[in-house]
Amino acid sequence: MTPSTRADAAKRLPAPILQVKDLQTQFLTHDGIVKAVDGVTFDLYPGESLGIVGESGSGKSMTALSLLRLVPDPGKIVGGKVLFRDQDLMQISDEEIRDIRGRDIAMIFQDPQSSLNPVLQTGFQIAEAMLAHKKATKQQARQRTVELLKRVRIPAAESRVKDYPHQLSGGMRQRAMIAMGLANAPSILIADEPTTALDVTVQAQILELLADLNQELGTAIMMITHNMGVVAGLCTRVLVMYAGQIVEQGPVDQIFENPQHPYTWSLLKSIPRVDALRHERLRSIEGLAPDLLRPPKGCRFHPGCPFRVEKCLTDLPPLTEVKPNQLAACWVTMDRAKKEMGADQLLDIRPGAASGLEPGKIIP
Amino acid sequence: MTAQAARADVPEPVGDRAKVLVRVENVVKHFPAGIGVSVKAVDGVTFEIRQGETLGLVGESGCGKSTLGRLVMQLIPVTSGKVFLDGVELTSLHGERLRQQRRQMQIIFQDPFASLDPRMTIGDIIAEPLVNFGVMRGRKLRDRVQELLRVVGLNPNFNNRYPHEFSGGQRQRIGIARALALNPKLIVCDEAISALDVSIQAQVVNLLEDLQREFNLTYLFIAHDLSVVRHISDRVMVMYLGKIVEIANSTETYTNPKHPYTKALLSAIPLPDPKLQRGRRLVELSGEIPSPINPPSGCRFHTRCPIARVPTPCAEVEPPLEEKLRGHFAACHFSNEV
Repeated sequence: MTPSTRADAAKRLPAPILQVKDLQTQFLTHDGIVKAVDGVTFDLYPGESLGIVGESGSGKSMTALSLLRLVPDPGKIVGGKVLFRDQDLMQISDEEIRDIRGRDIAMIFQDPQSSLNPVLQTGFQIAEAMLAHKKATKQQARQRTVELLKRVRIPAAESRVKDYPHQLSGGMRQRAMIAMGLANAPSILIADEPTTALDVTVQAQILELLADLNQELGTAIMMITHNMGVVAGLCTRVLVMYAGQIVEQGPVDQIFENPQHPYTWSLLKSIPRVDALRHERLRSIEGLAPDLLRPPKGCRFHPGCPFRVEKCLTDLPPLTEVKPNQLAACWVTMDRAKKEMGADQLLDIRPGAASGLEPGKIIP
Repeated sequence: MTAQAARADVPEPVGDRAKVLVRVENVVKHFPAGIGVSVKAVDGVTFEIRQGETLGLVGESGCGKSTLGRLVMQLIPVTSGKVFLDGVELTSLHGERLRQQRRQMQIIFQDPFASLDPRMTIGDIIAEPLVNFGVMRGRKLRDRVQELLRVVGLNPNFNNRYPHEFSGGQRQRIGIARALALNPKLIVCDEAISALDVSIQAQVVNLLEDLQREFNLTYLFIAHDLSVVRHISDRVMVMYLGKIVEIANSTETYTNPKHPYTKALLSAIPLPDPKLQRGRRLVELSGEIPSPINPPSGCRFHTRCPIARVPTPCAEVEPPLEEKLRGHFAACHFSNEV
């Protein structure tokens, strides 16, 4: 995609195809309730590619699974709405949501090995996706399967149709999964870490394929990943999740250049870069990932935040617009942290280091 | 710290003057895979690691990098070739004499969940190497364990806790403390940070760098993440199908690759910068990695190489690993065209 079309795509926002409002998914465990997804609100626009980034346990996969009501036990969706074509996916019957899965909203997973049935031919499994939704006759389905395999650039598609999953390499299996996801020409494709298990050269090919499909077919892609490079390469907008909540969202260019949430900022600074000109110490995020059973009061990131102020310890910041189309949930924001706390020159990354509100100075 | 006192003789700068700690000579490892068939996991590899240096080892799955790490540690025997540690030929030692050499080298594994015994306290886990070699016991042992916990940034009073009470990053620190217990000279990090979240990765990478400076450690850092390898390594070695295709200092490898495979690998890494990433071009490799049971003739990369001249010389003559620029080795007939 050329730079201009990508920037434009981020700017003009038509009516959303999917609206998620205050989604809440919880797990009841022996020790208490884990709020895996805690009030997530966002829109997905037709044909866009939206990245959802965050570290393990941030709730990014659970958000995606919740959209299709695929949350595993003992998880429960306890609140919120997911509006798709004038209906709330949380309210419709089990049969109705099953019709939507795979037909209108398809999902591909990290591990293509375990997502494919090892005793069935790959082509059969792709055709099955069409037959299940009565989208085609057997004959048509078979024909379209070959077309799909060609489309995802599997060489010698005509003969590969009959291969069993173990006869395909990891990259080919993921291509086959993508073909299956596209079988019914869905309007949304959710990809949950689709390249994490693959080697970099294969990852690059799969990302290129997804970008082309997004362009040619206009399928909206929701890309769930922990890899900031993947977001930079594929997505137009990004949501950053931390401890079950969205802490920042907006156009990719803007967020990578000028993140406003300290978590996003720290995350970008903690990645070593292959194009680095000199060796700089990585900026780690101190402290532990938050305990979702007992999330910290106030802003969830405050225990690890170098820029926290008094208010952060008690009040949860709402997601508010900080720049055009860019929302962040922070009382301080990086503009202020840079201006008043010298964030750019900061070497000490301990909690409260820049704001002076350090652990020793907090009276519980 | 005792470790420093014990190794006061070594603080030499890394460079041509530092002494060679590890020397691997023409090492081959073939795993049998049926009658008359073998997987050529490592197929004639020669390199050195200098004291205090970090040598990065990268390559895609199945290229033999983990096998090579295990061969250096002598955790598996070589099919042929020699491995020297500090002048001692490990490949000629057996039994107790080899066991004594093992004090000098330790390994940190990828999976911080599988590499710690869930039924041992972390104090016992870290003490195990010291007990195993009868180095110390009683109060001294307890103090040393607490000291090691402190060195890796954990609370020294946690020694009675069990691995399940710790997060992935903390467990990896426990694994590092265990590796440090015997004051080894060499630590092999086999995908030691691959299973960790990026912010935790940064913590562990910083810790490994600090420890290296403090104890003059030598690392063989095996990983598939090229960005991390570039960050931590002094020199980088790239493997493809059991062979070394390129070795150079890390900036050279990344800014001026002399092997088309290295170049392709680099182009495939997505940069966390949307503006730069958009302008980059992927060097497409055709096909898939061939089987290490029956590797291609000549240059093993010729079947996927964008600049190969087939059949001659690429499919017929195996390119030697040659010094193309000072200290920069590559195995390619046409390294000028990369």
